[in-house]
Amino acid sequence: MSALTLTLKYRPDQRVDMSPLVCGLLQDKDPAEIGAIELQCGKRKIPVNELFTIAGVDTQQIIIKNSFDKLDFIGKELDGGRISVEGDAGAYLGMGMKSGEIKVSGNAGLYAACEMKKGYLEIAGNAGDFLGGALPGNKMGMKGGTILVKGNVGERAGDHMRRGNILIEGNAGDYCGSRMTAGTIAVMGQTGRYLGYAMRRGTLLLWNPPQLQASFNDCGTHTLAFLPILFASFKTLDSRFADASQAFDRVQRYAGDMSEMGRGEVLVKAG
Amino acid sequence: MIINGVTIDATFAEAFPMKATRAIITAQNEKWAMIAAQAMTGFATSVIACGCEAGIERTLSPEETPDGRPGVAIMIFAMGGKGLAKQLETRAGQCVLTSPTSALFAGIDGGIRIPLGKNLRYFGDGFQISKVIAGKRYWRVPVMDGEFLTEATTGQVDAVGGGNFLVLAESQPQALAACEAAIEEMRKVPNVIMPFPGGVVRSGSKVGSKYKTLNASTNDAFCPTLKGATKTDLSPEIESVMEIVIDGLTKEDIDKAMRAGIQAVCDLGSDNGIKRISAGNYGGKLGPFHFHLQEIMA
Repeated sequence: MSALTLTLKYRPDQRVDMSPLVCGLLQDKDPAEIGAIELQCGKRKIPVNELFTIAGVDTQQIIIKNSFDKLDFIGKELDGGRISVEGDAGAYLGMGMKSGEIKVSGNAGLYAACEMKKGYLEIAGNAGDFLGGALPGNKMGMKGGTILVKGNVGERAGDHMRRGNILIEGNAGDYCGSRMTAGTIAVMGQTGRYLGYAMRRGTLLLWNPPQLQASFNDCGTHTLAFLPILFASFKTLDSRFADASQAFDRVQRYAGDMSEMGRGEVLVKAG
Repeated sequence: MIINGVTIDATFAEAFPMKATRAIITAQNEKWAMIAAQAMTGFATSVIACGCEAGIERTLSPEETPDGRPGVAIMIFAMGGKGLAKQLETRAGQCVLTSPTSALFAGIDGGIRIPLGKNLRYFGDGFQISKVIAGKRYWRVPVMDGEFLTEATTGQVDAVGGGNFLVLAESQPQALAACEAAIEEMRKVPNVIMPFPGGVVRSGSKVGSKYKTLNASTNDAFCPTLKGATKTDLSPEIESVMEIVIDGLTKEDIDKAMRAGIQAVCDLGSDNGIKRISAGNYGGKLGPFHFHLQEIMA
């Protein structure tokens, strides 16, 4: 069966809520039924077939072509299946996803993978602020799964993160890992200011020395046994994280944020 | 049945259902992995008084271990799941957590999950760190030599304990040499352990005793010094009997190990003083697993 392919016909001026177009909600629906689904676009509701050309029938594999940065909530609460986005994705990409896989060939907007529970999200370009974070007012961000960003990410990546991995090949903005409860954020590029701000537990794994706050204390250089296991788990990824030459097990360890619980850590590749 | 002059008795070994688990111990080098493994499997020859039966299954190359360091696979067998979990945790805590550079991992992925490092983490006094990697939870416990890394749980599976055979020889050195040869071959078989010292037991037991407080006592029918004093099972030329006990994950694993061991003994043959191979049983009434020697060697 060929993948259900939704090709955007034109770029509407208003933002579009794509949350009805996830694998689980489309199961057993034929193209005509899918075409009749109404999407919120600004204050209007637009049928899918007005906005997209529909091809293919396999609703467990969805391809969104000509995507652009106003298509919000792609893969919201996805629970199994695959979504492939050709182009950019709007805000709230993969929000609360429970399982399955989302791949974006371009950039993603704000709050990508916010409150994600499980599954795999890959963004080939850049991601906006609050990647894997919690929605405003909520206390729990990402709870599991893996996010891979090949470009850069905005501010507050992993805000209130609780479990899972965020892998960033590029740079991370300010407040990376802020208010983390647990989990792992790995950044191959540079990190911004206020790294790990108010983090309680969790690991920030860095390839380059950060600009640390005074509330992080140096614990010395160590060889940590869990790192080879962590890197081994990245081997299947289509990423620089899978490259054995990028792996290391010797790190400078900083504990913090001491203004919070102080059980978090920043691990920096030892020179 | 006679193989190379060695008589294989028309009898069977009787074995029992047990619960088993496997753990992988790694360390900076094989020496220290082995030290931790030996400590963890110490005082675990028989469930009669040790609470479990444990042994080293084999050494593991760095490519075979989760953290890429040299390792040793150990297995623990107990009569019930509760007892097994208790023994595993106590031994891991006192023997592996304490051993320099060690790390501890699950050796069985399926089965019922029982705590491995799940509770040992509290040794970290709040400084312990959990990491879930590829669906498995690990604990990093800060210790004085660095960090003790342990997987939270390992698998418990149904297993078989008490497979055995007896080597009857003309002298004590010949019996021991035959058993050593057998153990060397049996250690190549996966999923089994021979829990007694060096894999060999010289004090095989029977059920019961004339003393009310004892539930096991010497197997007088196979004691060579009692040939004229009890209802013996030994012919006049037998001067020494030794036993090899095998615990395995399945009946087939024990079959393979018994065959390998008995074959190694028979290869030495009657020229080296080996006269008979027999086995211990309780008339077939107690254990559901029967290992008929002649069928195994057929």
